[in-house]
Amino acid sequence: MKELISKITKDYLFRLIKDGKRLDGRDLLEQRDLDIETGWIGTAEGSARVHLGDTDVIVGIKMDVGEPFPDTPEKGVMITSAELIPMASPKYESGPPREDATELARVVDRGIREGEVMDVKKLCIKKGEKVWLVFVDMHILDFDGNLFDACGIALMAALMNTIVPAERHELGEDYPLPVEHVVVPTTFYKVKDQIMLDVRLEEEMIADARLTVATNENGDIVAMQKGLSGVFEYEETISCIEESKKIGDELRKQLDKIKS
Amino acid sequence: MDDKKKYKRELLLPGDMIEEEGVKPGRGTFKKDNKIYAAKLGVKTVRSGYVNIAAQSGRYDPRKGDKVIGTVTDVNSSIWMVDVNSPFPAVLHVNDVPWRVEFGDTKSYIDVGDAILVKISNVDELKKIQISMDEEGLRKLNNGQIIEIAPSQVPRIIGRKGSMISMLKNYTDCRIFVGQNGRIWVDGPLEGQYVAVKAIQMIEENAQVVGLTDAVEEYLRKETGKDLELERKKLE
Repeated sequence: MKELISKITKDYLFRLIKDGKRLDGRDLLEQRDLDIETGWIGTAEGSARVHLGDTDVIVGIKMDVGEPFPDTPEKGVMITSAELIPMASPKYESGPPREDATELARVVDRGIREGEVMDVKKLCIKKGEKVWLVFVDMHILDFDGNLFDACGIALMAALMNTIVPAERHELGEDYPLPVEHVVVPTTFYKVKDQIMLDVRLEEEMIADARLTVATNENGDIVAMQKGLSGVFEYEETISCIEESKKIGDELRKQLDKIKS
Repeated sequence: MDDKKKYKRELLLPGDMIEEEGVKPGRGTFKKDNKIYAAKLGVKTVRSGYVNIAAQSGRYDPRKGDKVIGTVTDVNSSIWMVDVNSPFPAVLHVNDVPWRVEFGDTKSYIDVGDAILVKISNVDELKKIQISMDEEGLRKLNNGQIIEIAPSQVPRIIGRKGSMISMLKNYTDCRIFVGQNGRIWVDGPLEGQYVAVKAIQMIEENAQVVGLTDAVEEYLRKETGKDLELERKKLE
């Protein structure tokens, strides 16, 4: 089913955003309430459920022992997939993943992979033969905009909560997955020259351009993704990056809390 | 059965038997082996010989005669497809609009994305919905905004004999129309719209609270700086 927003609602949103206001009274660069619960799925090695306003996602992590890729014989493997099911929003249909689901999985995956959150070399058991495989599954339960950030935060929280099931594979005692960095993505949407953070569904539907910036605790940019057909100017991009570091630090504080 | 029990709010689960005598099965119920059962989760009401179950949540269940707000999702040469917030699409035929539309000229009257105020003229057994715009007051909506609430809360927004809705209109200087499908159209000065929308959300969240009308009036008075009661007294 096509999700459609009526023209008058669109016009109203444009007028609000032009004045720097938003539907729910937030500032343009203000996030919604974030709630992180870890260990949500008992049978998974690590899991987290994240509520970002009305957006609701679950990330689960399973680990297994398998063969590495031939070109990276001493590195563990991470495979990320996302499911956008009709339960989350009527605009999604069941069946093989489409472009939006693939992009979501890739962008979230890139932040974790390029940010070297896990030291993949530590996931090697025997060079060229046996490594740990990390399967990441992202499930969207309710879609109210900004899946990139919700999934990115949920995945980070799930990784911090993961216990490597070594005992099951007769490789010694279970131990927590070594997490080297804390990477969180922040996604900016541009609507008519105004840039805003953590959009809701209606705002996402009228956006011209999207920019995801993932940063780590040192303030390094580890991944970026630009989406939609609009453009970001140079200054806008720089300010997004600066803002991303600031918001990333706040998110990392919240993530640290659940770790302890 | 005494009158008091008859009007008590009774929550039923799907499949619950309704022990009411001398009534016919109405909306949200079904009959099996001469007994009436609830088909939905909701509150039981008895009205003019029929027992009905009003659903507590969920999408809009279309009903003949309801005035609703729809969004046009598709246009072809003789019909418009309209989303009326129900699980089923509604069809608006060129014969049911107030203009004489030439074949194939539909797009110049109503286009995809337009919001329209329509009446449900027929719903058949397969939930095929026919809607009509050929009646006084029904039209295309050009300004303002649309917000959505749960269809079950619509009577709350309207209030007893329209008390809540007229209070909202008076305080905010807005034009408000509440569609039975849970879509509410609000038009007027921007500040007024903002207050009206906040008040509607407040009503929806606190639907079961006692003394809600007074709380909403208090809020409106604070936000708009108006005191209608005082003005009323002055006039006297």
